[in-house]
Amino acid sequence: MDIPMTRRSFLKIGTIGGLTASTFGFDLKPAFAQVRTLKIARTTETRSICPYCSVSCGVILHTLGDRSKNVRPTVVHVEGDPDHPINQGSLCPKGVTLKENIVNDRRLTQVLYRAPGSDHWEAKSWEWAFDRIALLIKQTRDARLIEKDTRGRILNALTAVGVIGGCTDCTENNYLLVKAFRAGLGVIPLEQQARI
Amino acid sequence: MAGGTLELRRISASKSPAPGIRQMPTVTKYIDTTTCIGCKACEVACQEWNDLPAETTVQIGTYQTLPDMTANFWNLIRFAEYENGGLHWLMRKDQCMHCEDPGCLKACPAPSAIVQYMNGIVDFQQDHCIGCGYCITGCPFNIPKFHNKTKKVYKCTLCVDRVAVGLEPACIKACPTGCLQFGTKSQMVQLAHHRVEQLKNQGYSQATVYDPPGVGGTNVITVLAYGDRPDAYGLPRNPTIPLAVRLWKDVLQWLGNLSIVGGLIIAALHYLRFGPKAVKEEAQAAESGDEI
Repeated sequence: MDIPMTRRSFLKIGTIGGLTASTFGFDLKPAFAQVRTLKIARTTETRSICPYCSVSCGVILHTLGDRSKNVRPTVVHVEGDPDHPINQGSLCPKGVTLKENIVNDRRLTQVLYRAPGSDHWEAKSWEWAFDRIALLIKQTRDARLIEKDTRGRILNALTAVGVIGGCTDCTENNYLLVKAFRAGLGVIPLEQQARI
Repeated sequence: MAGGTLELRRISASKSPAPGIRQMPTVTKYIDTTTCIGCKACEVACQEWNDLPAETTVQIGTYQTLPDMTANFWNLIRFAEYENGGLHWLMRKDQCMHCEDPGCLKACPAPSAIVQYMNGIVDFQQDHCIGCGYCITGCPFNIPKFHNKTKKVYKCTLCVDRVAVGLEPACIKACPTGCLQFGTKSQMVQLAHHRVEQLKNQGYSQATVYDPPGVGGTNVITVLAYGDRPDAYGLPRNPTIPLAVRLWKDVLQWLGNLSIVGGLIIAALHYLRFGPKAVKEEAQAAESGDEI
């Protein structure tokens, strides 16, 4: 189709059209806007317990990936577990920061040992630590076990060793703890975090 | 599912889009200042969810984390002391109020930099932001904060990424006392008035719901025990969009548009009525004479 269009009329139409469009704001943008991507959309959710205080709130750990064998999961977000009867999804300001507790450069990842009188920490293996704990408990028990009271009745009490259980220990853990230390070794001071 | 689009109600520096056929409930955050214990779980939950860097805290003589919100810190518990026949310790969660008629959106000159979704959430789109800071002037609550490095403005998004997929905002979820609640506007207003009735029965005769009509109501409503003194909580008594912004956007802009379009129309009418400018023959002769 042949529309007669001179340079002058093209400029006229273009200018008037452009001005009108910008003045009245004819906006052909869609009436939708993209919202930020939900960062936990396909993360793996793992239920856990907050390790801080004895209230033991339920938390959900969101880790990258879907547990495929080639994925090394990293915690990307932590929030309260709405199905947990204690906190029902809420968390305190300390519990909300759990991710910083897990993904943290300053987190201890190995056993550190400071010898008596020493001024520095040494990295040790878990085997070394288990052996040393076992040895010291054995030595203390051998030296300090109270087998009988003043009237000659059997006690088998060990008051020189104390045991502290954590607030995240489940019933089975606590059963084993009591079984091993009170029934097994005779430890009297059994504590747990709820009373600290 | 994740990161879809939301229908818009208002767009900055643009014509309002035509409303669609969908009915979407307006979402609202309820803040009860009387049951807030100032634990700041909401502050931390906000930082965690939005992956905001830690801000160095400032001691200002109260338990308040910072003197004011910053571009990296969108949710601040304000600790105020109010004396009224005894000392009252007031704690209020301060954040974007998500106004029904947002001053920031009205003042913004960058198309699409500030949007209001159909569900009432007012959100800044930093990729369209030109960093002029007019929204800071337009906000009656002094909420938007300028970031010096990125040269953009930031504020609470009401966790639109969570709300868009059907979750509650991060601060609401964290709150251990339940002084933060989330739901539709009508539900939250009902809850707030119920709480105000309770407070009145307990002797707080001035208890009110802070949902200021000057900005068309807000989608973050606050229950105040001392409703006669919103200033004690750091809230403006009757917030409105600043007069300068209203004059500029509602009057001056249209006067300017009118003068441009009016000028064009009059020029066109003049052309139709009188035709192109007739060059006088003498002048033409003189011109051609000059050329020779």
